Amino acid sequence: MPGMTEYIEQPIVAGLRDKASYVRRVAVLGCAKMHSLQPNTEIDGSIVNELYALLRDPDPVVVVNCLRALEEILKDEGGVVINKPIAHHLLNRMKDLDSWAQSEVLTFLLRYRPRSDDELFDILSLLDTFLQSAHAHVAVATLRLFLHLASAHPAVQADALLRTSAPLLATCGAGSRELRFAGLCHVQQVMRSQPGLFGTHYKRFFCGYSEPSYIKFRKMEILVELVNDENVALVLEELRSYCTDVSPELAQAAIAAIGHIARTYSEKCLDILTGLLALKQDHIMSAVIQTFRDLAWFCPQSIAAVCQTVEACVDSPQDSEGKQALLWLLGEHGEQISSAPYVMEGYIDGLKTELSSAVKMELLTATVKMFLCRPAETQDMLGRLLHYCIEEESDMCVRDRALLYYRLLQRGVEETRKVVTGPKSDPSMSVLTGRQEEPISQWSSTFNTLGPLSGHNVCLQTVCISAVDQPSDSAEKELLPGSKEVTLSSPNDTEEEISLSLGPSLSHEAFEKMWLDLETLHRQTLGFPRPKTSPDTLQAALQLVKIQTLAFTPGDTVPWKAYIYTRSTETLILAELLQEDPQSSSSDETLVVSVKQQPVLGDIQKKVWDEMPSEKNPPPSSWSSRFDQGLRLHAERRIGVTDLDLG
Amino acid sequence: MISQIFILSAKGDHLIYKDFRGEASKDSINVFYEMVTALSGDQPPVVMSHKDLHFIHVRQGGLYWVASTKTNPSPFTIIEFLNRLAALTKDYCGSLSEKSVRMNFALIYELLDEMVDFGYIQTTSTDILKNFIQTEAVSSKPFSLFDLSNVGLFGAETQQSKVAPSVAASRPIMSSRGEQGGKNEIFVDVIERLSVVIGSNGVLMKSDIQGEIRIKCFLPTCSEMRIGLNEELNIGKSQLKGYSSAVRVDECRFHQAVKLDEFDTFRILKVCPSQGEQTVMQYQLCDELPCAPPFQLFPSVEKDYVNRVMIFLKLRCDLPPKSTALNVSITVPVPKGSISMSQELSSPDQTAELQPKNKALLWEIPRFPGGAQLSALFKVDVPGISSASLLEVGPVSMSFELPKQTCTGLQIRFLRLSPTQTGLSQRWVRYVTHSDSYTIRI
Repeated sequence: MPGMTEYIEQPIVAGLRDKASYVRRVAVLGCAKMHSLQPNTEIDGSIVNELYALLRDPDPVVVVNCLRALEEILKDEGGVVINKPIAHHLLNRMKDLDSWAQSEVLTFLLRYRPRSDDELFDILSLLDTFLQSAHAHVAVATLRLFLHLASAHPAVQADALLRTSAPLLATCGAGSRELRFAGLCHVQQVMRSQPGLFGTHYKRFFCGYSEPSYIKFRKMEILVELVNDENVALVLEELRSYCTDVSPELAQAAIAAIGHIARTYSEKCLDILTGLLALKQDHIMSAVIQTFRDLAWFCPQSIAAVCQTVEACVDSPQDSEGKQALLWLLGEHGEQISSAPYVMEGYIDGLKTELSSAVKMELLTATVKMFLCRPAETQDMLGRLLHYCIEEESDMCVRDRALLYYRLLQRGVEETRKVVTGPKSDPSMSVLTGRQEEPISQWSSTFNTLGPLSGHNVCLQTVCISAVDQPSDSAEKELLPGSKEVTLSSPNDTEEEISLSLGPSLSHEAFEKMWLDLETLHRQTLGFPRPKTSPDTLQAALQLVKIQTLAFTPGDTVPWKAYIYTRSTETLILAELLQEDPQSSSSDETLVVSVKQQPVLGDIQKKVWDEMPSEKNPPPSSWSSRFDQGLRLHAERRIGVTDLDLG
Repeated sequence: MISQIFILSAKGDHLIYKDFRGEASKDSINVFYEMVTALSGDQPPVVMSHKDLHFIHVRQGGLYWVASTKTNPSPFTIIEFLNRLAALTKDYCGSLSEKSVRMNFALIYELLDEMVDFGYIQTTSTDILKNFIQTEAVSSKPFSLFDLSNVGLFGAETQQSKVAPSVAASRPIMSSRGEQGGKNEIFVDVIERLSVVIGSNGVLMKSDIQGEIRIKCFLPTCSEMRIGLNEELNIGKSQLKGYSSAVRVDECRFHQAVKLDEFDTFRILKVCPSQGEQTVMQYQLCDELPCAPPFQLFPSVEKDYVNRVMIFLKLRCDLPPKSTALNVSITVPVPKGSISMSQELSSPDQTAELQPKNKALLWEIPRFPGGAQLSALFKVDVPGISSASLLEVGPVSMSFELPKQTCTGLQIRFLRLSPTQTGLSQRWVRYVTHSDSYTIRI
């Protein structure tokens, strides 16, 4: 229709100057339509100028339509230009616009960079009222603009997030399910940087029974993130009630959520999970066993309890994911589960009816691992298994895997052990460090766009990671013992020269006696306050860096003290952590560590002591830096509201 | 920027289709319907993408309201717009159903033409729209005997003197030229949604009220209206309660058009309502219910014989004696594999049934007077029961509505139109509390 456009232009230009605002509105968008009809022609400068001039139109819809039309016409040149006069004009007109126009203008204003801080704060205070707008889309669009403009002022961003938390929470309880979902997705985004922001409102994320499951899934993901010492009991009780839901997917997600919390609060969660096994329902059992597997991998403290439960559990899962998880546990921790070979024998006998090749592969790996630790009981069945897999199996993957193990075993047991056994738990300490608080800039660019809504599942992701990490799952990893060695050397040993060990535990009396007898070798002020987490978690954290705890002062009592000890080759190292009353001490809220050493210095170490100038490099200080690392790891870990001030 | 808007019935019939920009093919409707029906229960359906086209949809009145776009807009804007479109359709057509949309398709196209131009939202205000919308709504209400015996709007008794006529609020706003033209009515509804979790020991674990004041206005022109709320209304957590009778909400938000100059001192909202429905105030209250939760449950669950579970429920309604809860339904999860059930209920109007598909039994009570206590005994046959199966019983969830009740105690003191309208105008104030989610652990 190239000829027709000639006739369109004139009435549209006339319409731009019409008296009636309704005509102007249509005419303004008409310019954009005209441009889209003939996209390759040159931009008409006069129309662009006219549209820029119409930004001053008294009718608010005309103003917004001008922005929209200019944006389309000038698309190739980067869209409409928002300079200082236009930005200020738009900001002053904000109150006259309706909510749709407001949120659109706020999006256009993202383009504008204020020249000075004064101007920036003027803009922010103008926009302040819109943060609390009754329309969710306006409040969220304002928040996005705030985060964008104040990117250099984290305090302002935090304040804006705090003030928008109320409207965001309100959308999470809105009548419209879709709006609820959008609200939840954006809450999740905010929590990536400010995990504690919604901590006190955790009850708002309890699921209503009539909600559709996609909302329940989001709410559970959020609940897991919000767990802290105060609310853990209530949250677990709530999650426990979802585990028997009619929908198997939801029940499994709830169990996985409890498993996530178990990485921090193992004991309570293990009780719940064990109780669920009694329900004797296939999908629940399978999910619990999978959760156990992840737990054993991520959280070494819980291995003993998990093994005990698995041993006591009589039934076995029916679906392939559950079977794989159970086999992995049996193979990896076979020495702690006395009945493991017999359970495995059952699987080997039933191999002909097994359909899933993933289960067969897992069975092969688990049996080989079991053979390495309990050869007498396993030798016969391993032989049968390899024979079947090599001779009769039709799946090439399984057959190749069996051949691989067969050839490996031919090289000798020690060789096989080197290749097959790896670390029994996640060596990266990811549990301890947890998820880092991301800077706001990481997500602010996708905030209030479709991005957060179009599906990413946090819970699922971690399960995938855990599956990838398992050394038994990937044949390639097993073939590369070199790369394995790197992971084998746990981070404990890579950086420090001295190696610590837990050794036999010390009685309170013995500690007290030694503490009084010894002199302080080293005293250091650590640059951070005491961790405000539960003693259990702190204890677990320190144990991972091989430091034993003897005693803590409970809760928030001041001065706060903790006594800890560890062993280095032949030396016993004792330490006291002290945080004094902030009023009395001049240093604000930092820990002081004093270290004493039971002088059973080994000869070699003594030599090292003598050779090195003791001021320069006293071993205890390197030890205390180790401790420092342990504590810092701990501090970085996100536990909830109480942890916020540590960041 | 919206490319297309379409409305589909639950079966996938195309009811309304409007393409604003001509950048996506009409085929996308079918693509959308295939995608939305192929979703499994755990996948989030709100936003879906096909190639570079994004579909955003809401479900209202059993219909899919879909917007498609090629840009990356604010999801809140699109979702709220679709909700608003559904609300406007309801205003103009009287009710929201496949039938009413089918019958009024011309009207809906006319609405869409005015609301969206070239994919950009222009206006959704009824004040502006009424100047341009000329099509008369076709009422989809057929005559039926059921209507005559209909319980009121919120299930209340149909006593004309007490309750606003139930059909009045579900008629089209534009029928002023029709027979009902003389009726100048305005409805002010205080609607609260209650969500509660009660622990197994009877302690209130979570309580949460989301409330709103909604105006539905049928007046062709309306000058300023003054709505007086309780004078002792407190807002915010920090404020001290004056008297024990004080009404408190945590926070509230108002419609843009509400004038608040007398709100701080006299708790008066001033608003010029436009035709149709609009929410003038939203408020919420968390964790501190001013009254006792409306229902308390005293359950006992036992294993009886070899294959039978006895569930004895005693339910008490803690409302004041004059008020009544309606359409109370109680859902109790039962162990997997339950096959049959026998029940002993205290009155013939109650019903109970076992729903093996949902692993639940449903007990329904049409009317539940305040202060009353009802009990029921269910014997559920479960072959192969173990003692652990009892753990599967619970938590109990309830749904109900409480007409003429607000849990926060928020009341409307007066409703004044100024200056007084020339014609006879009827003003109605209605209160209702719905259960959003009411869960009692066993």
